[in-house]
Amino acid sequence: MSAVNDLVDEFEVSIPSDAAAGHAVQERILGLIESVPFDDRDVFGIRLALEEAIVNAIKHGNGMDPDKAVRIWCRVTQESVRVEIEDEGEGFTVEEVPDPTADENLERPCGRGIMLMRAFMTEISFNSRGNRVTLVKNRTRDS
Amino acid sequence: MAGPRRIDVEEVNGVTIAKFTDKKILDETNIQLIGNQLFSLVDEDRRQKIVLDFSNVEYLSSAALGKLITLDKKVKAIGGKLRFCTIRADILEVFKITRLDKLFTIKETQEKALEGF
Repeated sequence: MSAVNDLVDEFEVSIPSDAAAGHAVQERILGLIESVPFDDRDVFGIRLALEEAIVNAIKHGNGMDPDKAVRIWCRVTQESVRVEIEDEGEGFTVEEVPDPTADENLERPCGRGIMLMRAFMTEISFNSRGNRVTLVKNRTRDS
Repeated sequence: MAGPRRIDVEEVNGVTIAKFTDKKILDETNIQLIGNQLFSLVDEDRRQKIVLDFSNVEYLSSAALGKLITLDKKVKAIGGKLRFCTIRADILEVFKITRLDKLFTIKETQEKALEGF
C-alpha cells in the first residue's frame, strides 16, 4: 500500500483562542480517526493528548487572547495521526517544566499535561521557540 | 449550588459518596463547575469522609487532576479522608503515569472504599 493511498484526510485550520473552537477541531480530528482501526486505548490517548495540547496553546500559549490564533495542522492515514499545534505565544522550554512526579511537586497542579501526552503518544516534539508541538500516534498492532 | 449539578451526592453510614455524572471531565468550564461542587462538600458542608465514584468517567484531563489534588488538600486540612473508587483502566493509567496513585487512596469498588472508613 502506498503512502498516498493510505491518506484518510489532511487539513489545516486557524482557530481563535477559544475553548469551544478548540473542541470543535478536536472532534473533527476524532471523527477522521474513526475510519482508522485504532484500538480503544489509542483513541483514549489521542483524545487526551489533543485536549491537553490545544488547551495549552489557547491558555498558556496565547493567554486566551482573542486577537491571537492557534494554527492546527492534521494528517490522518490508515497507520497514524499527526497533529501540529502552534500558538502565537512566546513559547516555553520544555526542560524547564518541573517534573510533576517528583515528591515535592506531586501536589502541584502543573506539568502533567505534557507528561500524559508523552505517555500516550508515539512521538511528541516541540520547535525550538516552544510555541509549536507535534504529536504523532502510530496505530498499535495486536501482534 | 451554582450551575447544573455535576456530581450526585449520597450519604451512607456517615460517609459521603460523590459520583461524577459526566463521562468526559475535559472542558474547562465543566471542570470549574465540578471543582466548585466538590470543594463545597468540604468548605461549606464540612464533610470529612468522602468517596469519589468514577464509574461514569471515561475521560479526564490534567486540569481535572489539579482539582482532585486541591480537593485532597482541603479534605486533609479539616482532618478528613478522601478515597476514590471504580476507576476504569484507562483513567487508572492516567493516575499511574502521573504518580497520583501514590497521593490518592484508590479502591476497586465502592464497597471496598467504604470498608473501615
